[in-house]
Amino acid sequence: MPAVSKGDGMRGLAVFISDIRNCKSKEAEVKRINKELANIRSKFKGDKALDGYSKKKYVCKLLFIFLLGHDIDFGHMEAVNLLSSNKYTEKQIGYLFISVLVNSNSDLIRLINNAIRNDLASRNPTFMNLALHCIANVGSREMAEAFVSEIPRILVAGDTMDSVKQSAALCLLRLNRTCPDLVPMGEWTARVVHLLNDQHLGVVTAATSLIATLAQKSPDDFKTSVSLAVARLSRIVTSAAIDLQDYTYYFVAAPWLSVKLLRLLQCYPPPEDAALRSRLTECLETILSKAQEPPKSKKVQHSNAKNAVLFEAITLIIHHDNEPNLLVRACNQLGQFLQHRETNLRYLALESMCTLASSEFSHEAVKTHIETVINALKTERDVSVRQRAVDLLYAMCDRSNAKQIVAEMLSYLETADYSIREEIVLKVAILAEKYAVDYTWYVDTILNLIRIAGDYVSEEVWYRVIQIVINRDDVQGYAAKTVFEALQAPACHENLVKVGGYILGEFGNLIAGDPRSSPLVQFSLLHSKFHLCSVPTRALLLSAYIKFINLFPEVKGTIQDVLRSDSQLRNADVELQQRAVEYLRLSCIASTDILATVLEEMPPFPEKESSILAKLKKKKGSSKLPDLNDARRNINGSTNHTEDTETAEKVSTHSFTDKLNVNSTPSTGASLLVDVFSDVSNTPAPNDVSEEHFLRFVCKNNGVIFENQLLQIGLKSEYRQNLGRMYVFYGNKTSTQFLSFSSSVSSNDLLQTQLNIHTKTVDPVIDGGAQVQQILNIECLSDFSDAPVLHIQFRYGGALQNIAVKLPVMLNKFFQPTEMTSQDFFQRWKQLGAPQQEVQKIFKAQHQMDSDVAKAKLLGFGVALLDGVDPNPANFVGAGIIHSKTTQVGCLIRLEPNTQAQMYRLTLRTSKDSVSQRLCELLSEQF
Amino acid sequence: MMQFMLLFSRQGKLRLQKWYVPLSDKEKKKITRELVQTVLARKPKMCSFLEWRDLKIVYKRYASLYFCCAIEDQDNELITLEIIHRYVELLDKYFGSVCELDIIFNFEKAYFILDEFLLGGEAQETSKKNVLKAIEQADLLQENIDFQMRLFAGVMIPNMTSESSGLFQS
Repeated sequence: MPAVSKGDGMRGLAVFISDIRNCKSKEAEVKRINKELANIRSKFKGDKALDGYSKKKYVCKLLFIFLLGHDIDFGHMEAVNLLSSNKYTEKQIGYLFISVLVNSNSDLIRLINNAIRNDLASRNPTFMNLALHCIANVGSREMAEAFVSEIPRILVAGDTMDSVKQSAALCLLRLNRTCPDLVPMGEWTARVVHLLNDQHLGVVTAATSLIATLAQKSPDDFKTSVSLAVARLSRIVTSAAIDLQDYTYYFVAAPWLSVKLLRLLQCYPPPEDAALRSRLTECLETILSKAQEPPKSKKVQHSNAKNAVLFEAITLIIHHDNEPNLLVRACNQLGQFLQHRETNLRYLALESMCTLASSEFSHEAVKTHIETVINALKTERDVSVRQRAVDLLYAMCDRSNAKQIVAEMLSYLETADYSIREEIVLKVAILAEKYAVDYTWYVDTILNLIRIAGDYVSEEVWYRVIQIVINRDDVQGYAAKTVFEALQAPACHENLVKVGGYILGEFGNLIAGDPRSSPLVQFSLLHSKFHLCSVPTRALLLSAYIKFINLFPEVKGTIQDVLRSDSQLRNADVELQQRAVEYLRLSCIASTDILATVLEEMPPFPEKESSILAKLKKKKGSSKLPDLNDARRNINGSTNHTEDTETAEKVSTHSFTDKLNVNSTPSTGASLLVDVFSDVSNTPAPNDVSEEHFLRFVCKNNGVIFENQLLQIGLKSEYRQNLGRMYVFYGNKTSTQFLSFSSSVSSNDLLQTQLNIHTKTVDPVIDGGAQVQQILNIECLSDFSDAPVLHIQFRYGGALQNIAVKLPVMLNKFFQPTEMTSQDFFQRWKQLGAPQQEVQKIFKAQHQMDSDVAKAKLLGFGVALLDGVDPNPANFVGAGIIHSKTTQVGCLIRLEPNTQAQMYRLTLRTSKDSVSQRLCELLSEQF
Repeated sequence: MMQFMLLFSRQGKLRLQKWYVPLSDKEKKKITRELVQTVLARKPKMCSFLEWRDLKIVYKRYASLYFCCAIEDQDNELITLEIIHRYVELLDKYFGSVCELDIIFNFEKAYFILDEFLLGGEAQETSKKNVLKAIEQADLLQENIDFQMRLFAGVMIPNMTSESSGLFQS
């Protein structure tokens, strides 16, 4: 390297950076930055035209400030000016600023695009590269639209420099990711595929990435790449290390390119052409063999690069899943890594073996490593490695080893890290259910789960055990006996009380013959836990009690006494009180026959997908979960499976799932217990809820609430008194169908009692470019603070998308504006003088203080503006009534702008403190 | 495809961030905070990979600096580890025994080198020679050559030893 020009001499920048670093405190830093910002602003605004160098320096300073985490709201124009400088360094800084700081700011994008267009046309490779890097870095839709036809041309033109080709290939790749609909296939695809033959390995590397991505989407268009990729790969793996010169990395020939070629081949099935296929097999064998050779260097880079290629080759072997020989070799290789001293390799071996376990050819081979994996679970010091071991045990589990694996997982659970407990619980529950031969083992396992990790046993798990016990009559007696015994423990987890309460309520009669578990003993045992439990559990227990009255007439009196006690009948909780009152009345009036009909044993549950499995999939993302229902797993692990074993397996699988698949729905004369479980929660996983645009809807009813690359959600809503209707529009922005589209609205427990939302179902398919509409009917029951969440789920090109958006249903939507005279206003103002009725907030203006805008916002908020009430004409005074089903709340509002200080003072008086509070929160964010 | 790369110090200061997917500034800050915390909490001998949201994190520490990449589910962890190493090699060769201070004071150079090496989250040019040749050519186009600058930058903060120790010395 020449010793020159490491910095390009922005002395001012270096001084500034040093200053920042010398700041002793955050405050000092902020002060220094503000000073600099003021300086730069005045320089940019000044009369004297800045020369290119100064402009570059200041733009660079702004960039530095931004990268420190501060907001930058100016300088964009100056950066854009730098783009058209003919000095390289100025242009370069301009592009860097744009790449880091500009996100589709529409005014500037046009100017930026112009500069890019000029540079692309300049035929100067350095300038062209800068422009291409910028497009790839910003990658916005506007840029895609502007250049998507130009870039393929540059990429395949005969006279384009190699380095420009590389940039163009990856630039196109990025645009294809942002806007797949815009990137045209066609005349140039054949020539792009041909780049795999290019002499320059850098060009091949970049092109392979592009082709692999495009081939994933339209494999047919790029079919011809398979033979070229195999040929290229073959030349690399058989080359002597030095042949590839600078593309050899620590004695490994072109590792990056090899990995990418292997990735490209994973877009296709094994080649049909026999010669090609054997050439590929040779390549893969060579890669596997090289792993056994002594290392050419002791450096970790050597082994990493070599093993990177090896792991990618194994992934391809698993993908093809057609060469038993290669699969078993791969498995043995991974087996060696399981005991390697490098933690990284152990981690990857566990991960890779997970997929290997689902192949019929290698499933048995994977199983031979069970002891090593169990040992890893016990001894690995890094939780992420232990997590992989759990995953692998889960994947290698079948009927032959289920008891061992479940037992090991249970014992690991006792000491497992909190972060992975819930997942282990789900996995144990699924394995126990799936491989249960006798259900007593299943019941024992789940009760053990609750004992060991009760807090991590989610609703899905204990709902599930109840579903299974209800659906299988051969296990009901055992279940009743076992929960009865488990409940004897002095301290037992609340989840056990739930399961116990439900099961004894249904099947307590099966053990009542034994005097040690007579009806009265059962009841006293359950009731001894009652006072320690939360409200939902108590509600469940009350239902169990009324079931007892039906099962055991002899304890009716005792139970009626309990229901009649003040602590039940006058319980502060509405749900409990209601149950106590209703159950008591039911037990008094109903004849035995009616009682027996109403409280009949639960009918079997309908079965679709195990709710636990669904939950685990949600947790892990369905792609990562080895599919236990995969057909080939049904061969019970035997590689040389015959017709016979397969049929035998089918029969046994059938008989065991049969009971779970009973399609009878619970009778609609719904037993009371159904209620408790009616929320066998289908609400999607609480992934990140988007609330980006939420506050924009406080003062308006229509607009776009959510948008990503696939989907746009628009809203139109109207409200009248305590009722509202919202039209939700889902627009598919892609050219591909969305499948299994569904959307639902959820509210937290409190909000459910305050706001009723009724959703109409929506068509499960949305065509590319199409829009569908969903109607929500909303009823405000009482004042509320939270907002409901709209959950959307659909499949796009195989991947399940989950979106959650906070719905802008706010309290102020139920405003009715009220006109009143000045006199009336002041009279009411005085009436609402209690301290908690008034809420006041003083806050800084976030937007320009414009009186007309403020007026529009207040009207949008829902109140009537009252002129001539406030002596100061600059102030705003408004009034309105919030309508809910139960009450109406009158509200008075006063907003005082102080333009000098750029502040507002907002005062709200209403008859209800929670209303004042909430309205103030909502409104104060708007100015 | 790599989704983003972060460079941060042992004290949790972000030194370089490169995003290959469009995210809001708020989201970027949130991710950065979360990851810096997670990675710094890990012990030295632990494995270099971890699952995070639906991504895989690959990280490695060089002297005072952590290099941390987020890749997608199908991506290759080991080759990503070597992407990090090659980038460090490029910085080292360019600055001549690179240290954290070089990256602080010449952050724009660190970005330029990265852009020549990785583009759109994929390796563009893996040959060390070719990347450095591209940067050198660009440097030759520069005017106002002042080769005092880098020395000057290092001298100003004599007591920050960790930041001025070479990344390869660990």
